[in-house]
Amino acid sequence: MIETRGLTKRYGPVLAVDALSFDIRPGVVTGFLGPNGSGKSTTMRMILGLDRPDAGSARVGGRRYHDLAWPLRTVGALLEGRAFHPGRSARGHLAALAASNAIPARRVDEVLALVGLTGAAGRRAGKFSLGMTQRLGIAAALLGDPEVLLLDEPVNGLDPEGIRWIRDLMRTLAGQGRAVLVSSHLISEMALTADRLIVIGQGRLLADTTVAALSARSASLEDAFLELTAGTAGYRGRPA
Amino acid sequence: MTATARATASRRTAGHYRFRQVARMEWIKLRTLRSTWWTLAITGAGAVAMAVAIGINTRSPRGDLTNNALAGVVPGLLLTGVLGVLVVTSEYTSGLIRGTLAAVPRRPLVLAAKAAVFAGTTLLVGEAASFTAFFAGGAALRQGIAAPALTQPGVLRAVVLSGASFCLIGLLGLGLGAIIRHTAAAVGALVGGVWILTAIAAGVAPGAAAYLPVIIIGNSLSATRPENCPAHAAQCPHILSPWAGLGMLSLYAAIALAAGGWLLTRRDA
Ligand SMILES: Nc1ncnc2c1ncn2[C@@H]1O[C@H](COP(=O)(O)OP(=O)(O)OP(=O)(O)O)[C@@H](O)[C@H]1O
Ligand SMILES: [Mg+2]
Repeated sequence: MIETRGLTKRYGPVLAVDALSFDIRPGVVTGFLGPNGSGKSTTMRMILGLDRPDAGSARVGGRRYHDLAWPLRTVGALLEGRAFHPGRSARGHLAALAASNAIPARRVDEVLALVGLTGAAGRRAGKFSLGMTQRLGIAAALLGDPEVLLLDEPVNGLDPEGIRWIRDLMRTLAGQGRAVLVSSHLISEMALTADRLIVIGQGRLLADTTVAALSARSASLEDAFLELTAGTAGYRGRPA
Repeated sequence: MTATARATASRRTAGHYRFRQVARMEWIKLRTLRSTWWTLAITGAGAVAMAVAIGINTRSPRGDLTNNALAGVVPGLLLTGVLGVLVVTSEYTSGLIRGTLAAVPRRPLVLAAKAAVFAGTTLLVGEAASFTAFFAGGAALRQGIAAPALTQPGVLRAVVLSGASFCLIGLLGLGLGAIIRHTAAAVGALVGGVWILTAIAAGVAPGAAAYLPVIIIGNSLSATRPENCPAHAAQCPHILSPWAGLGMLSLYAAIALAAGGWLLTRRDA
Protein backbone atom coordinates (compact mmCIF):
# COMPACT_ATOMS: atom_id res chain seq x y z
CA MET A 1 0.00 0.00 0.00
CA ILE A 2 2.84 2.39 0.83
CA GLU A 3 6.20 2.13 -0.86
CA THR A 4 9.13 4.38 -0.15
CA ARG A 5 12.22 4.22 -2.33
CA GLY A 6 15.42 5.95 -1.36
CA LEU A 7 13.50 8.55 0.60
CA THR A 8 15.91 11.24 1.77
CA LYS A 9 15.42 14.51 3.62
CA ARG A 10 17.97 17.01 4.79
CA TYR A 11 17.27 20.01 7.03
CA GLY A 12 20.35 22.17 6.76
CA PRO A 13 23.15 20.15 8.32
CA VAL A 14 20.80 17.44 9.64
CA LEU A 15 20.26 14.38 7.50
CA ALA A 16 16.84 13.51 8.93
CA VAL A 17 15.97 10.63 6.59
CA ASP A 18 18.64 8.76 4.70
CA ALA A 19 17.76 6.69 1.63
CA LEU A 20 14.86 4.92 3.31
CA SER A 21 13.10 2.15 1.37
CA PHE A 22 10.30 0.01 2.77
CA ASP A 23 6.85 -1.35 1.96
CA ILE A 24 3.80 -1.12 4.21
CA ARG A 25 1.40 -3.96 3.52
CA PRO A 26 -2.35 -4.04 3.84
CA GLY A 27 -3.95 -6.22 6.51
CA VAL A 28 -1.23 -5.78 9.11
CA VAL A 29 -0.21 -3.29 11.76
CA THR A 30 3.33 -2.13 11.09
CA GLY A 31 5.16 -0.57 14.02
CA PHE A 32 7.55 2.26 13.17
CA LEU A 33 10.30 2.45 15.76
CA GLY A 34 13.39 4.52 16.28
CA PRO A 35 15.05 6.74 18.88
CA ASN A 36 14.12 10.41 19.26
CA GLY A 37 15.06 12.36 16.18
CA SER A 38 15.57 9.27 14.04
CA GLY A 39 13.24 10.57 11.31
CA LYS A 40 9.90 8.83 11.90
CA SER A 41 7.74 11.94 11.83
CA THR A 42 9.67 13.35 8.89
CA THR A 43 9.10 10.13 6.95
CA MET A 44 5.37 10.31 7.62
CA ARG A 45 5.22 13.95 6.49
CA MET A 46 6.99 13.02 3.26
CA ILE A 47 4.54 10.17 2.61
CA LEU A 48 1.74 12.76 2.96
CA GLY A 49 3.42 15.15 0.57
CA LEU A 50 3.82 17.77 3.30
CA ASP A 51 7.60 17.83 3.18
CA ARG A 52 9.36 17.49 -0.14
CA PRO A 53 12.02 14.76 -0.22
CA ASP A 54 15.47 15.76 -1.39
CA ALA A 55 15.70 12.39 -3.13
CA GLY A 56 13.60 9.30 -3.55
CA SER A 57 9.85 8.93 -3.54
CA ALA A 58 6.87 7.67 -1.59
CA ARG A 59 3.80 6.14 -3.18
CA VAL A 60 0.41 5.17 -1.84
CA GLY A 61 -1.32 2.38 -3.74
CA GLY A 62 1.06 3.04 -6.60
CA ARG A 63 0.30 6.76 -6.84
CA ARG A 64 1.99 9.86 -5.58
CA TYR A 65 0.04 11.32 -2.66
CA HIS A 66 -0.32 14.53 -4.63
CA ASP A 67 -2.26 12.66 -7.33
CA LEU A 68 -4.85 11.00 -5.08
CA ALA A 69 -8.41 11.79 -6.12
CA TRP A 70 -9.81 11.92 -2.57
CA PRO A 71 -6.79 11.93 -0.24
CA LEU A 72 -8.71 11.65 3.04
CA ARG A 73 -10.62 8.63 1.76
CA THR A 74 -7.38 6.88 0.93
CA VAL A 75 -5.03 7.90 3.73
CA GLY A 76 -5.93 8.98 7.25
CA ALA A 77 -3.16 10.53 9.31
CA LEU A 78 -2.55 11.55 12.88
CA LEU A 79 0.52 13.74 12.93
CA GLU A 80 2.75 14.88 15.73
CA GLY A 81 1.47 17.93 17.57
CA ARG A 82 -1.83 19.74 17.30
CA ALA A 83 -3.47 20.21 13.96
CA PHE A 84 -6.59 22.22 14.72
CA HIS A 85 -7.48 25.83 15.40
CA PRO A 86 -8.00 26.31 19.15
CA GLY A 87 -11.04 28.53 18.62
CA ARG A 88 -12.98 26.06 16.52
CA SER A 89 -15.19 23.32 17.93
CA ALA A 90 -14.30 19.68 17.36
CA ARG A 91 -17.37 19.33 15.16
CA GLY A 92 -16.53 22.43 13.11
CA HIS A 93 -12.98 21.21 12.60
CA LEU A 94 -14.08 17.79 11.38
CA ALA A 95 -16.89 19.24 9.26
CA ALA A 96 -14.40 21.45 7.42
CA LEU A 97 -12.06 18.55 6.68
CA ALA A 98 -14.97 16.35 5.62
CA ALA A 99 -16.24 18.97 3.16
CA SER A 100 -12.89 19.10 1.37
CA ASN A 101 -13.19 15.45 0.34
CA ALA A 102 -16.98 15.34 -0.11
CA ILE A 103 -17.37 13.13 2.95
CA PRO A 104 -21.02 13.16 4.13
CA ALA A 105 -21.68 15.29 7.20
CA ARG A 106 -23.11 12.37 9.19
CA ARG A 107 -19.67 10.77 9.14
CA VAL A 108 -18.52 13.59 11.45
CA ASP A 109 -20.91 12.46 14.16
CA GLU A 110 -19.94 8.85 13.56
CA VAL A 111 -16.23 9.44 14.15
CA LEU A 112 -16.98 11.71 17.13
CA ALA A 113 -18.93 8.86 18.69
CA LEU A 114 -16.22 6.38 17.76
CA VAL A 115 -13.51 8.31 19.65
CA GLY A 116 -15.84 9.22 22.52
CA LEU A 117 -16.00 12.96 21.92
CA THR A 118 -19.73 13.30 21.21
CA GLY A 119 -20.27 15.14 24.50
CA ALA A 120 -17.48 17.61 23.79
CA ALA A 121 -18.18 18.10 20.08
CA GLY A 122 -19.42 21.67 20.46
CA ARG A 123 -16.64 22.87 22.75
CA ARG A 124 -13.65 24.87 21.56
CA ALA A 125 -10.93 22.35 20.82
CA GLY A 126 -8.29 24.67 22.31
CA LYS A 127 -9.64 23.82 25.75
CA PHE A 128 -9.30 20.06 25.27
CA SER A 129 -7.03 17.94 27.47
CA LEU A 130 -4.07 16.14 25.91
CA GLY A 131 -5.97 12.89 25.56
CA MET A 132 -9.03 14.62 24.08
CA THR A 133 -6.74 16.37 21.61
CA GLN A 134 -5.36 13.02 20.61
CA ARG A 135 -8.84 11.57 20.20
CA LEU A 136 -9.80 14.47 17.95
CA GLY A 137 -6.74 13.76 15.82
CA ILE A 138 -7.71 10.10 15.58
CA ALA A 139 -11.26 11.10 14.61
CA ALA A 140 -9.83 13.22 11.79
CA ALA A 141 -7.70 10.28 10.61
CA LEU A 142 -10.75 7.99 10.49
CA LEU A 143 -13.02 10.55 8.81
CA GLY A 144 -12.63 9.26 5.26
CA ASP A 145 -12.80 5.57 6.19
CA PRO A 146 -9.34 5.27 4.62
CA GLU A 147 -7.48 2.20 3.40
CA VAL A 148 -4.23 3.45 4.88
CA LEU A 149 -3.65 4.86 8.37
CA LEU A 150 -0.54 6.72 9.45
CA LEU A 151 -0.52 7.27 13.19
CA ASP A 152 2.36 9.16 14.78
CA GLU A 153 2.46 8.22 18.46
CA PRO A 154 -1.29 7.79 18.84
CA VAL A 155 -1.17 6.57 22.45
CA ASN A 156 0.47 9.81 23.56
CA GLY A 157 -1.63 11.17 26.41
CA LEU A 158 -4.31 8.49 26.30
CA ASP A 159 -5.56 6.96 29.54
CA PRO A 160 -5.31 3.17 30.08
CA GLU A 161 -8.78 2.65 28.68
CA GLY A 162 -7.83 4.79 25.68
CA ILE A 163 -4.62 2.84 25.11
CA ARG A 164 -6.49 -0.43 25.03
CA TRP A 165 -9.12 1.12 22.81
CA ILE A 166 -6.61 2.37 20.22
CA ARG A 167 -4.83 -0.99 20.29
CA ASP A 168 -8.08 -2.81 19.54
CA LEU A 169 -8.99 -0.20 16.93
CA MET A 170 -5.71 -0.64 15.05
CA ARG A 171 -6.06 -4.43 15.12
CA THR A 172 -9.62 -4.17 13.85
CA LEU A 173 -8.64 -1.77 11.06
CA ALA A 174 -5.84 -4.07 9.95
CA GLY A 175 -8.19 -7.04 10.19
CA GLN A 176 -10.45 -5.28 7.69
CA GLY A 177 -7.60 -5.29 5.20
CA ARG A 178 -6.26 -1.80 5.79
CA ALA A 179 -2.62 -0.86 6.06
CA VAL A 180 -1.73 0.64 9.45
CA LEU A 181 1.61 2.31 10.13
CA VAL A 182 2.04 3.37 13.74
CA SER A 183 5.04 4.98 15.39
CA SER A 184 5.55 4.58 19.10
CA HIS A 185 8.21 4.56 21.77
CA LEU A 186 6.31 2.09 23.90
CA ILE A 187 7.97 -1.15 22.90
CA SER A 188 5.75 -3.30 25.08
CA GLU A 189 2.73 -1.69 23.46
CA MET A 190 4.13 -2.44 20.02
CA ALA A 191 4.70 -6.04 21.05
CA LEU A 192 0.96 -6.28 21.70
CA THR A 193 -0.25 -4.33 18.69
CA ALA A 194 2.10 -4.74 15.73
CA ASP A 195 2.65 -7.64 13.38
CA ARG A 196 5.62 -6.17 11.58
CA LEU A 197 8.24 -3.65 12.60
CA ILE A 198 10.31 -1.10 10.77
CA VAL A 199 13.18 0.19 12.88
CA ILE A 200 15.20 3.23 11.87
CA GLY A 201 18.14 5.04 13.41
CA GLN A 202 19.57 8.36 12.23
CA GLY A 203 17.22 8.18 9.27
CA ARG A 204 18.50 4.81 8.05
CA LEU A 205 16.66 1.51 7.93
CA LEU A 206 17.92 -0.84 10.65
CA ALA A 207 15.33 -3.60 10.45
CA ASP A 208 12.25 -4.50 8.45
CA THR A 209 10.95 -7.64 10.05
CA THR A 210 8.22 -9.26 12.13
CA VAL A 211 7.75 -8.68 15.84
CA ALA A 212 8.40 -12.36 16.48
CA ALA A 213 11.66 -12.39 14.54
CA LEU A 214 13.01 -9.28 16.26
CA SER A 215 11.99 -10.51 19.73
CA ALA A 216 13.78 -13.79 19.08
CA ARG A 217 17.09 -11.93 18.63
CA SER A 218 17.37 -11.08 22.32
CA ALA A 219 15.86 -11.60 25.77
CA SER A 220 12.97 -9.29 24.98
CA LEU A 221 11.73 -7.03 22.22
CA GLU A 222 12.96 -4.05 24.20
CA ASP A 223 16.45 -5.54 24.52
CA ALA A 224 16.52 -6.36 20.84
CA PHE A 225 15.45 -2.80 19.97
CA LEU A 226 18.08 -1.23 22.20
CA GLU A 227 20.83 -3.45 20.80
CA LEU A 228 19.74 -2.64 17.28
CA THR A 229 19.66 1.11 17.80
CA ALA A 230 22.71 1.32 20.06
CA GLY A 231 25.01 4.00 18.73
CA THR A 232 22.36 5.64 16.58
CA ALA A 233 20.53 7.55 19.31
CA GLY A 234 21.52 11.18 18.92
CA TYR A 235 19.83 12.38 22.08
CA ARG A 236 20.22 10.35 25.23
CA GLY A 237 20.39 11.09 28.91
CA ARG A 238 23.14 10.18 31.32
CA PRO A 239 22.59 7.64 34.09
CA ALA A 240 21.58 9.48 37.27
CA MET B 1 -16.00 -3.82 5.08
CA THR B 2 -13.65 -6.06 3.16
CA ALA B 3 -10.92 -4.68 0.97
CA THR B 4 -12.89 -5.40 -2.19
CA ALA B 5 -16.05 -3.84 -0.79
CA ARG B 6 -14.08 -0.73 0.03
CA ALA B 7 -12.52 -0.64 -3.40
CA THR B 8 -15.96 -0.62 -5.00
CA ALA B 9 -17.17 1.98 -2.53
CA SER B 10 -14.39 4.36 -3.45
CA ARG B 11 -14.87 3.64 -7.13
CA ARG B 12 -18.49 4.73 -6.75
CA THR B 13 -17.44 8.21 -5.66
CA ALA B 14 -15.97 9.02 -9.01
CA GLY B 15 -14.10 12.16 -9.85
CA HIS B 16 -11.70 14.23 -7.89
CA TYR B 17 -11.86 16.96 -5.29
CA ARG B 18 -12.31 20.29 -6.96
CA PHE B 19 -12.54 23.96 -6.18
CA ARG B 20 -16.11 23.55 -4.96
CA GLN B 21 -15.21 21.10 -2.19
CA VAL B 22 -12.17 23.10 -1.11
CA ALA B 23 -14.18 26.32 -1.03
CA ARG B 24 -16.79 24.59 1.16
CA MET B 25 -14.03 23.60 3.58
CA GLU B 26 -12.74 27.16 3.70
CA TRP B 27 -16.23 28.57 4.20
CA ILE B 28 -16.82 26.23 7.15
CA LYS B 29 -13.47 27.24 8.61
CA LEU B 30 -14.26 30.94 8.27
CA ARG B 31 -17.77 30.80 9.67
CA THR B 32 -16.99 28.48 12.60
CA LEU B 33 -14.62 31.00 14.17
CA ARG B 34 -16.37 33.53 16.35
CA SER B 35 -13.50 35.98 15.84
CA THR B 36 -14.47 36.28 12.15
CA TRP B 37 -17.87 37.71 13.00
CA TRP B 38 -16.61 39.91 15.81
CA THR B 39 -13.99 41.44 13.57
CA LEU B 40 -16.42 42.09 10.73
CA ALA B 41 -19.04 43.52 13.10
CA ILE B 42 -16.54 45.93 14.65
CA THR B 43 -15.30 46.94 11.19
CA GLY B 44 -18.82 47.80 10.06
CA ALA B 45 -19.85 49.47 13.31
CA GLY B 46 -16.66 51.55 13.33
CA ALA B 47 -17.23 52.82 9.80
CA VAL B 48 -20.82 53.79 10.59
CA ALA B 49 -19.94 55.43 13.92
CA MET B 50 -17.26 57.52 12.28
CA ALA B 51 -19.64 58.61 9.51
CA VAL B 52 -22.19 59.72 12.11
CA ALA B 53 -19.58 61.58 14.17
CA ILE B 54 -18.30 63.43 11.11
CA GLY B 55 -21.84 64.12 9.91
CA ILE B 56 -22.82 65.72 13.22
CA ASN B 57 -19.72 67.90 13.20
CA THR B 58 -20.01 69.07 9.60
CA ARG B 59 -20.63 72.82 9.55
CA SER B 60 -20.29 73.67 5.89
CA PRO B 61 -22.09 72.16 2.91
CA ARG B 62 -18.99 72.62 0.78
CA GLY B 63 -16.48 69.86 0.43
CA ASP B 64 -17.01 66.23 -0.49
CA LEU B 65 -19.68 65.09 1.96
CA THR B 66 -19.65 61.58 0.48
CA ASN B 67 -15.93 61.32 1.09
CA ASN B 68 -16.52 62.50 4.67
CA ALA B 69 -19.17 59.87 5.28
CA LEU B 70 -16.76 57.19 4.02
CA ALA B 71 -13.88 58.32 6.24
CA GLY B 72 -14.40 55.38 8.58
CA VAL B 73 -13.39 52.96 5.87
CA VAL B 74 -9.66 53.52 6.21
CA PRO B 75 -9.31 52.63 9.92
CA GLY B 76 -11.60 49.62 9.43
CA LEU B 77 -9.29 48.31 6.74
CA LEU B 78 -6.78 47.45 9.41
CA LEU B 79 -9.21 44.90 10.85
CA THR B 80 -10.11 43.19 7.58
CA GLY B 81 -6.44 43.24 6.61
CA VAL B 82 -5.51 41.47 9.83
CA LEU B 83 -8.40 39.05 9.38
CA GLY B 84 -6.99 38.22 5.94
CA VAL B 85 -3.54 37.64 7.43
CA LEU B 86 -5.03 35.31 10.05
CA VAL B 87 -6.89 33.22 7.47
CA VAL B 88 -3.48 31.83 6.55
CA THR B 89 -1.17 32.40 9.51
CA SER B 90 -3.55 30.93 12.12
CA GLU B 91 -3.22 27.63 10.25
CA TYR B 92 0.53 27.72 10.65
CA THR B 93 0.31 28.75 14.30
CA SER B 94 -2.11 25.96 15.15
CA GLY B 95 -0.64 23.26 12.91
CA LEU B 96 -3.91 22.96 11.00
CA ILE B 97 -2.07 23.71 7.76
CA ARG B 98 -0.80 20.14 7.70
CA GLY B 99 -4.32 18.77 7.99
CA THR B 100 -5.47 21.14 5.28
CA LEU B 101 -2.69 20.28 2.86
CA ALA B 102 -3.03 16.55 3.54
CA ALA B 103 -6.73 16.85 2.66
CA VAL B 104 -6.00 18.98 -0.41
CA PRO B 105 -2.49 18.36 -1.69
CA ARG B 106 -2.97 20.66 -4.68
CA ARG B 107 -1.85 23.72 -2.81
CA PRO B 108 -2.72 26.52 -5.24
CA LEU B 109 -6.31 25.31 -4.97
CA VAL B 110 -6.20 25.81 -1.20
CA LEU B 111 -5.02 29.40 -1.51
CA ALA B 112 -7.49 30.13 -4.32
CA ALA B 113 -10.37 28.78 -2.24
CA LYS B 114 -9.28 30.72 0.83
CA ALA B 115 -9.02 33.92 -1.21
CA ALA B 116 -12.37 33.42 -2.95
CA VAL B 117 -14.32 32.65 0.23
CA PHE B 118 -12.69 35.48 2.12
CA ALA B 119 -13.19 37.91 -0.76
CA GLY B 120 -16.86 37.04 -1.09
CA THR B 121 -17.51 37.47 2.61
CA THR B 122 -15.61 40.74 3.01
CA LEU B 123 -17.08 42.16 -0.18
CA LEU B 124 -20.62 41.62 1.10
CA VAL B 125 -19.84 42.93 4.56
CA GLY B 126 -17.76 45.81 3.17
CA GLU B 127 -20.51 46.98 0.82
CA ALA B 128 -23.09 46.74 3.59
CA ALA B 129 -20.82 48.79 5.86
CA SER B 130 -20.09 51.35 3.16
CA PHE B 131 -23.73 51.93 2.20
CA THR B 132 -24.84 52.05 5.85
CA ALA B 133 -22.09 54.55 6.65
CA PHE B 134 -23.04 56.68 3.66
CA PHE B 135 -26.71 56.88 4.64
CA ALA B 136 -26.01 57.25 8.37
CA GLY B 137 -23.48 60.00 7.70
CA GLY B 138 -25.99 61.82 5.50
CA ALA B 139 -28.75 61.46 8.07
CA ALA B 140 -26.51 62.87 10.79
CA LEU B 141 -25.92 66.16 8.93
CA ARG B 142 -27.45 69.22 10.60
CA GLN B 143 -30.47 70.97 9.19
CA GLY B 144 -29.67 73.13 6.23
CA ILE B 145 -26.98 70.86 4.87
CA ALA B 146 -28.34 68.57 2.18
CA ALA B 147 -27.24 64.98 2.40
CA PRO B 148 -25.50 63.64 -0.71
CA ALA B 149 -27.59 61.33 -2.88
CA LEU B 150 -26.52 58.22 -4.74
CA THR B 151 -27.81 59.78 -7.96
CA GLN B 152 -25.32 62.65 -7.83
CA PRO B 153 -22.23 62.31 -10.03
CA GLY B 154 -19.58 59.95 -8.65
CA VAL B 155 -21.41 59.21 -5.41
CA LEU B 156 -22.56 55.66 -6.11
CA ARG B 157 -19.11 54.86 -7.48
CA ALA B 158 -17.42 56.20 -4.36
CA VAL B 159 -19.67 54.20 -2.04
CA VAL B 160 -19.28 50.96 -4.00
CA LEU B 161 -15.52 51.25 -4.40
CA SER B 162 -15.06 52.08 -0.72
CA GLY B 163 -16.99 48.94 0.16
CA ALA B 164 -14.74 46.91 -2.14
CA SER B 165 -11.58 48.24 -0.52
CA PHE B 166 -12.14 46.07 2.59
CA CYS B 167 -11.98 43.01 0.42
CA LEU B 168 -8.90 44.18 -1.49
CA ILE B 169 -6.89 45.07 1.61
CA GLY B 170 -8.06 41.79 3.16
CA LEU B 171 -6.72 39.88 0.15
CA LEU B 172 -3.45 41.79 0.41
CA GLY B 173 -3.27 40.63 4.04
CA LEU B 174 -4.11 37.06 3.03
CA GLY B 175 -1.34 37.06 0.45
CA LEU B 176 1.15 38.52 2.94
CA GLY B 177 0.08 35.84 5.41
CA ALA B 178 0.89 33.14 2.85
CA ILE B 179 4.26 34.71 2.12
CA ILE B 180 5.33 35.34 5.72
CA ARG B 181 3.39 32.63 7.64
CA HIS B 182 3.92 34.24 11.06
CA THR B 183 1.05 36.35 12.36
CA ALA B 184 3.03 39.13 14.02
CA ALA B 185 5.47 39.55 11.16
CA ALA B 186 2.72 39.49 8.53
CA VAL B 187 0.60 42.03 10.43
CA GLY B 188 3.74 44.15 10.76
CA ALA B 189 4.33 43.99 7.02
CA LEU B 190 0.71 44.89 6.33
CA VAL B 191 0.65 47.85 8.70
CA GLY B 192 4.10 48.94 7.57
CA GLY B 193 3.26 48.65 3.90
CA VAL B 194 -0.20 50.14 4.02
CA TRP B 195 -0.02 52.78 6.72
CA ILE B 196 3.53 53.63 7.74
CA LEU B 197 4.89 53.70 4.20
CA THR B 198 2.10 56.12 3.37
CA ALA B 199 3.10 58.48 6.15
CA ILE B 200 6.73 58.37 5.10
CA ALA B 201 6.04 58.73 1.38
CA ALA B 202 3.75 61.68 1.96
CA GLY B 203 6.73 63.57 3.37
CA VAL B 204 9.57 62.24 1.23
CA ALA B 205 8.09 61.63 -2.20
CA PRO B 206 4.63 63.18 -2.56
CA GLY B 207 4.44 61.98 -6.16
CA ALA B 208 4.67 58.34 -5.11
CA ALA B 209 2.07 58.75 -2.38
CA ALA B 210 -0.72 58.54 -4.94
CA TYR B 211 0.12 54.87 -5.47
CA LEU B 212 -0.08 53.88 -1.82
CA PRO B 213 -3.13 51.95 -0.64
CA VAL B 214 -4.37 54.38 2.01
CA ILE B 215 -4.10 57.36 -0.34
CA ILE B 216 -5.80 55.41 -3.11
CA ILE B 217 -8.68 54.48 -0.84
CA GLY B 218 -9.02 57.83 0.91
CA ASN B 219 -8.51 60.10 -2.10
CA SER B 220 -9.35 58.09 -5.22
CA LEU B 221 -11.87 55.39 -4.38
CA SER B 222 -13.96 57.19 -1.77
CA ALA B 223 -13.93 60.63 -3.41
CA THR B 224 -16.60 61.84 -5.79
CA ARG B 225 -14.27 64.25 -7.64
CA PRO B 226 -10.80 62.81 -7.22
CA GLU B 227 -9.18 64.49 -10.24
CA ASN B 228 -10.57 67.87 -9.43
CA CYS B 229 -8.03 70.52 -8.58
CA PRO B 230 -9.02 74.01 -7.52
CA ALA B 231 -8.76 76.43 -10.44
CA HIS B 232 -5.32 78.11 -10.71
CA ALA B 233 -3.86 75.85 -8.03
CA ALA B 234 -0.13 76.31 -7.91
CA GLN B 235 0.40 72.69 -7.04
CA CYS B 236 -2.13 70.07 -7.87
CA PRO B 237 -1.57 66.94 -5.79
CA HIS B 238 -1.23 63.92 -7.99
CA ILE B 239 -4.14 61.54 -7.33
CA LEU B 240 -5.09 58.44 -9.28
CA SER B 241 -8.50 58.24 -10.89
CA PRO B 242 -10.92 55.90 -9.06
CA TRP B 243 -10.60 53.15 -11.64
CA ALA B 244 -6.84 53.40 -11.85
CA GLY B 245 -6.81 53.28 -8.05
CA LEU B 246 -8.99 50.18 -8.06
CA GLY B 247 -6.66 48.57 -10.59
CA MET B 248 -3.63 49.47 -8.50
CA LEU B 249 -5.11 47.96 -5.30
CA SER B 250 -6.16 44.84 -7.16
CA LEU B 251 -2.66 44.56 -8.54
CA TYR B 252 -1.14 44.74 -5.05
CA ALA B 253 -3.46 41.99 -3.81
CA ALA B 254 -2.82 39.88 -6.92
CA ILE B 255 0.95 40.16 -6.55
CA ALA B 256 0.82 39.21 -2.86
CA LEU B 257 -1.45 36.23 -3.60
CA ALA B 258 0.63 35.03 -6.53
CA ALA B 259 3.84 35.23 -4.50
CA GLY B 260 2.13 33.51 -1.57
CA GLY B 261 0.82 30.74 -3.82
CA TRP B 262 4.20 30.22 -5.41
CA LEU B 263 5.90 29.96 -2.02
CA LEU B 264 3.15 27.70 -0.66
CA THR B 265 3.81 25.11 -3.35
CA ARG B 266 7.57 25.25 -2.88
CA ARG B 267 7.96 25.18 0.89
CA ASP B 268 7.53 22.33 3.35
CA ALA B 269 4.32 22.58 5.33
N1 LIG C 1 11.10 21.20 10.06
C1 LIG C 1 12.32 20.84 10.48
N2 LIG C 1 13.34 21.70 10.39
C2 LIG C 1 14.58 21.35 10.78
N3 LIG C 1 14.90 20.15 11.29
C3 LIG C 1 13.91 19.25 11.41
C4 LIG C 1 12.58 19.53 11.01
N4 LIG C 1 11.82 18.45 11.24
C5 LIG C 1 12.64 17.51 11.76
N5 LIG C 1 13.90 17.99 11.87
C6 LIG C 1 15.07 17.23 12.35
O1 LIG C 1 15.05 16.00 11.70
C7 LIG C 1 15.42 14.96 12.58
C8 LIG C 1 14.31 13.91 12.59
O2 LIG C 1 13.18 14.43 13.27
P1 LIG C 1 11.81 13.64 13.41
O3 LIG C 1 10.86 14.57 14.07
O4 LIG C 1 11.44 13.10 12.10
O5 LIG C 1 12.23 12.47 14.40
P2 LIG C 1 11.29 11.40 15.13
O6 LIG C 1 11.85 10.07 14.80
O7 LIG C 1 9.88 11.62 14.81
O8 LIG C 1 11.59 11.73 16.66
P3 LIG C 1 10.63 11.59 17.95
O9 LIG C 1 10.66 10.14 18.32
O10 LIG C 1 11.33 12.41 18.99
O11 LIG C 1 9.29 12.09 17.59
C9 LIG C 1 15.68 15.61 13.92
O12 LIG C 1 17.08 15.83 14.03
C10 LIG C 1 14.95 16.92 13.83
O13 LIG C 1 15.58 17.91 14.60
MG1 LIG D 1 8.26 12.17 15.92
